[in-house]
Amino acid sequence: MNLYDLFLAPFMQFGFMTRALAGAVILSLSAGPVGVFLMLRRMSLTGDAMAHAILPGAAAGFLVSGLAILPMTLGGFAAGLVVAVLSGLVSRFTIQREDNSLAAFYLISLALGVMLVSLKGSNVDLMHVLFGTVLALNNDALIMIGAIVTVSLVALALLWRPLVAECLDPTFLRSVSGAGQPVHLLFLALVVINLVGGFQALGTLLAVGLMMLPAAAARFWVRSLEAMCALAIAISVVSSYLGLLVSYHLSVASGPAIILVAGAIYVLSMLFGSRGLVSSNLRPRRHRVA
Amino acid sequence: MSAIVIDDLTLGYEGHPAVHHLNGSFARGSLTAVMGPNGSGKSTLLKGIMGALKPLGGKVVLDGFGQRDIAYLPQIAEIDRSFPAVVADLLALGFWKRRGAFSAIRGVDHREMEAALARVGLSGFERRTIDTLSGGQLQRALFARVLVQDAPVILLDEPFAAIDERTVADLTDLITHWHGEGRTVIAVLHDAELVQASFPQTLLLAREPIAWGATATALTADNLRRARQMVEAWDDQAPWHDHDSDHSHGHHHHPAGSGGAH
Ligand SMILES: Nc1ncnc2c1ncn2[C@@H]1O[C@H](COP(=O)(O)OP(=O)(O)OP(=O)(O)O)[C@@H](O)[C@H]1O
Ligand SMILES: [Mg+2]
Repeated sequence: MNLYDLFLAPFMQFGFMTRALAGAVILSLSAGPVGVFLMLRRMSLTGDAMAHAILPGAAAGFLVSGLAILPMTLGGFAAGLVVAVLSGLVSRFTIQREDNSLAAFYLISLALGVMLVSLKGSNVDLMHVLFGTVLALNNDALIMIGAIVTVSLVALALLWRPLVAECLDPTFLRSVSGAGQPVHLLFLALVVINLVGGFQALGTLLAVGLMMLPAAAARFWVRSLEAMCALAIAISVVSSYLGLLVSYHLSVASGPAIILVAGAIYVLSMLFGSRGLVSSNLRPRRHRVA
Repeated sequence: MSAIVIDDLTLGYEGHPAVHHLNGSFARGSLTAVMGPNGSGKSTLLKGIMGALKPLGGKVVLDGFGQRDIAYLPQIAEIDRSFPAVVADLLALGFWKRRGAFSAIRGVDHREMEAALARVGLSGFERRTIDTLSGGQLQRALFARVLVQDAPVILLDEPFAAIDERTVADLTDLITHWHGEGRTVIAVLHDAELVQASFPQTLLLAREPIAWGATATALTADNLRRARQMVEAWDDQAPWHDHDSDHSHGHHHHPAGSGGAH
């Protein structure tokens, strides 16, 4: 087996591999930056919760029309938004903090989703919805992902400054504008559509991995926000490519393979990143005169 | 001419008053110090003026400007210091009102930020990440942001809490300069000497207003002693206030020299 067979052939010879790679790479463009903001707002676990919350919507779409892209996507999007808005409202009007109410809603949502799928589908179908399958990435799905990414990138560019302000100094933002709450909700909507975009290939449960792991890994290398976003995108593209290769050669599921590669990059970054464990313990013990 | 009229204002938390029946006004272009013991409602009053806290009774009337025109330096800033931002990013937020939420920071703005940093003694700190600032340096950066905001009304909640003596003198000059420019400035302070030296007006609070007026008449030894006698703890058994009847508790609703005489 030569290098070509090892690294390129799978994507050249099989349409589904090409589409899977295209889908994952395109999605990386927006999932990376969204993940960075999610992490900086200390909402990593919120992302995870939202990924679970998408399930009943996707499942309802699946009940209506089987493994078809549009109904499942729309269903997932609707379910995610409902959970986001509900937990926002509950935290607004009761003493419950947003993360607690989110946890409550996503658990309800997850149980509902699994139950819905089991009403009609087999275990295999449930596995598809939960963990994705590259085979599901047809051209419609690619167009959908392209649309999601385009919308996300435009929205991110517009929301950039309010988002930074909201992360950096929420009290200040509140004092100069009423944008805080709408920006928060729009951002959650961005998270939801990116998760929905990812669940075809990665499944609802793992879609959040392509968002969080590259962002968290990038933080061990660079300091500035822009650099973090760029590096997160790069890590997520590399993870997609290597993950799909692994999945092809070892005949394992694509979603877990991609996420495991991202996970490996995260662990390596944590250990050897320029701001990681090793280098912060090996810092020179010298100092300048001023 | 009043910029801010306080009309029978009661502010508080969970039904307990922290500022009780305050009446008076801050004249346009006035420079007022708010003094009082811990827990006397000073921060609460500023939050009420900002609109961050809904009154339990009465109202705050802003004349000629809106809540968004107020520059506010909180006592404890809720800054996320782990966020990957540099001092210039923090200052750039100050342009929000003037430049809008979406437009980029321009060259002139950068020069303005440099000048503001120089004013607070932080020249050369533009590119420093905020997680590396000392407590006092961060406070000075926030002060510089107030400068950048260029607001007609400025509220400062213990702006000097973490700041060294020399910088306090510089920043006090800056406040005096704002006063000279006709801005309305309200600052919560604990240093009576400083207030006597540099603040023409004083509001002395102890949940109830004790005195409000020219600093010389408000900050008397007698008034300060009365302010210190405030009971800090809340009485959970305290009866609810009946708004229709006249109040039966023995305190002054209209303190000596009330109304920020100007
Ligand atoms: N968020 C809150 N919830 C409940 N009670 C509060 C809250 N903030 C302040 N208080 C109470 O309101 C009263 C007034 O508080 P405030 O912060 O206005 O005091 P202060 O005059 O600014 O004191 P300090 O000099 O310590 O800053 C205090 O009794 C305080 O315990
Ligand atoms: Mg205070």
